[in-house]
Amino acid sequence: MKRLFLFSLLLTLVLGANAQKFMTKNGYIGFFSHTPMEDIKADNNQVVGVLDISSGEMVYQALIKSFHFDRALMEEHFNENYMESDKIPKSIFKGKITNLASVDFTKPGTYDVTVDGDLTIHDVTNKISTKGTIEVVSGGINASSKFNIVPEDYKIAIPGVVREKIDKNLGVTVTMKFTPVAK
Amino acid sequence: MKRLSLILFLSLISLGIFAQDDLMNLVNQSTPKEINYTTATFKSTRIMNGHSIERMPHGQLDVRISHRFGTLNSGGYNFFGLDQSNIHLGLEYGITNWLMVGVGRSEFEKTFDGFAKFSILRQSTGAKNMPVSVSVLTSVALKTLKFTDQTRTNYFTSRLAYVGQILVARKINEAFSVQLTPSYVHRNLVATELDPNDIFALGAGARVKLTKRVSLNGEYYYIANPKTYLSQQVYNPLSVGFDIETGGHVFQLFFTNSLGMTEKQFIGGTTGQWKKGDIHFGFNISRVFTLVKHQKPANY
Repeated sequence: MKRLFLFSLLLTLVLGANAQKFMTKNGYIGFFSHTPMEDIKADNNQVVGVLDISSGEMVYQALIKSFHFDRALMEEHFNENYMESDKIPKSIFKGKITNLASVDFTKPGTYDVTVDGDLTIHDVTNKISTKGTIEVVSGGINASSKFNIVPEDYKIAIPGVVREKIDKNLGVTVTMKFTPVAK
Repeated sequence: MKRLSLILFLSLISLGIFAQDDLMNLVNQSTPKEINYTTATFKSTRIMNGHSIERMPHGQLDVRISHRFGTLNSGGYNFFGLDQSNIHLGLEYGITNWLMVGVGRSEFEKTFDGFAKFSILRQSTGAKNMPVSVSVLTSVALKTLKFTDQTRTNYFTSRLAYVGQILVARKINEAFSVQLTPSYVHRNLVATELDPNDIFALGAGARVKLTKRVSLNGEYYYIANPKTYLSQQVYNPLSVGFDIETGGHVFQLFFTNSLGMTEKQFIGGTTGQWKKGDIHFGFNISRVFTLVKHQKPANY
């Protein structure tokens, strides 16, 4: 009885210690909107991302005010009128690689993965599923993905006068260069 | 044995939860505590006539076209002032994120003007707490109207007037911002020797956001000097109106008792009186062009 308890405790500890985590503080998330009237593009290279290769879980967090636009006025409108970043300063993605078995983290190479998770933007959470790649390189792991989101799904109101200038499907690009978390 | 498997089961569950929380904690710990600068205290670099603490960011060019029509009390014959108009054209540019400069030309007294506005402090929360934004404005006005008295020696410097302002503003909440503007105007040449060369004034402005794209603005300058000059009687300028934002443009539509559109003109040069109906309808149109695009980080 005691031994079994000890065993389960040990198992927990071992599993915990074995959880191999990778992270970055300079992850990139950008989005792009193309319409015949206007191209809009924003970049954020201060995204914090964490990947746990034992479970395939990943968490990304982006500060809305760290998205930068070519036009200062667009950036102001983005923060002020659309994202309300004073009230809602962050966006978060919590997801999991569903085909973790097909990635060999010990062998350098590029692996196709599918990630399912919850994307929270503007305080609205939606389930998303997207394809991406995991690239195992020496000293780290690169992860990237491209997918589309619809602003209205996140209760981001776009008034009629500018609706034609903003793509109904925004293209999102995610690029992370993870390094191991020192324990 | 049952209890044991329960413990085992629970510990595994807790492990799962622990792993997720752990990732989230790691993310939160690693997210830098940023300085959260207050943005959009006002919609435009002007509250109405006078400057707001807002500045053009680096590389942005603001093209401004402003009109003040005649007075409402000029009657139906003059279409309540709309038959007359005064124009000010301005080109304004953000050299850095804390310095903007501008040049302009007013029809009123054929005046050229130039200014520099420095952002000294920015209201912020987070890693740095700053309750107010502070800017300093200096401007020069060059009157090119022909001298009325051609017989005396007229100096170039007689055409100049200087303005210094300290702008202190606070965005109190999402919808409400206020600004105080202590101002000093020096006019090199005045009409008579009893007219003051130096004028001291305190400006106050506010905006109330009505919707995401429309705000109600008010602006008032209290002039501390006696307002009865030998040459003319002047009044405190008061302006009330709306900011309307449509994508790339900001329209400011308002009523004011001042015909002048630069500091030198409306501080100590406002001869209209609200209660007599010397009210001008006016508008400013601002269109911002991006001359310098921001650089995408090189490593992506």
